[in-house]
Amino acid sequence: MSDPYAVVARPVRLDYTYTAGTASSRFLRAIMQRRLLGSRCPSCAKVYVPLRTSCPTCGVEMGEDVAVSDRGIVTTFCIVNIPFPGMAVKPPFAAASVLLDGADIPIFHLIQEIPAEEVRMGLRVEAVWRPDDEMEPSMESIRHFRPTGEPDAPFERYKDHL
Amino acid sequence: MADALTAPHILEYPYTRSVGPVLGAFFGALKERRILGVRTADGRVLVPPQEYDPETGAALDELVEVADAGVVTTWAWVAEPRPKHPLQEPFAFALVRLDGADTALLHAVAAPAMDAMATGMRVRARWRDERSGDITDIVCFEPAP
Repeated sequence: MSDPYAVVARPVRLDYTYTAGTASSRFLRAIMQRRLLGSRCPSCAKVYVPLRTSCPTCGVEMGEDVAVSDRGIVTTFCIVNIPFPGMAVKPPFAAASVLLDGADIPIFHLIQEIPAEEVRMGLRVEAVWRPDDEMEPSMESIRHFRPTGEPDAPFERYKDHL
Repeated sequence: MADALTAPHILEYPYTRSVGPVLGAFFGALKERRILGVRTADGRVLVPPQEYDPETGAALDELVEVADAGVVTTWAWVAEPRPKHPLQEPFAFALVRLDGADTALLHAVAAPAMDAMATGMRVRARWRDERSGDITDIVCFEPAP
């Protein structure tokens, strides 16, 4: 008795232990205080978020930690329309690069509380943090970013950060 | 790195696989505690069965039943099983050539100790009570007289 079209479930599950390293651990612990830490390169003066130990452009050791804002500008974005298993948010939704005020490199996060089709370059957004008892050392402690209602940032403001 | 944070990170791929007419029959038979091989044009019996003769490329479809007991042709002892290994006590991975087959099947052999293992030893399948049509329907092979 054979069904030639039979399919079998063959899930693949890989169990890792991820070690964040000292720099990322510092960044993640600061998240618990709702602070976003970057680091400034002593050579090119760019502020990288999350903080890191060396500048990927200059190769030199990073200078001091710099706290950046939890508000910023959508520089680029994509709208996700296709659902996939395990998805946390219902499509359509926008995933965007957000240039935090004080940073030179955008981070990637979810934009909510605005229809996906209204998300645009230059949109001013702010972090929506989880409540205190749900905070953990993870980027997911920021639920998403939402519009601040401020006027859009002009292209000139972020053109060098795309 | 004493102060570095660590966290579990699980990557999971929910694959399904279509097994085709030959392996489909093989898996279906396991559910009935039977092991199927496939006969090639020159009369060899391949277990597990294959859709195509690996030597000639000819399509194969003559399924034949083989025994659930056979001979260990080679083996490797696993002294410290990992969480995903088929057995959680020390065991051997072994190639087992079942009676009636010309090729060997990879499976686990539950032996009391490494010195109970030997090339040429006879083993028999220990079947799972509730079978789903999967190679794990055979829990393992065990030394058999």
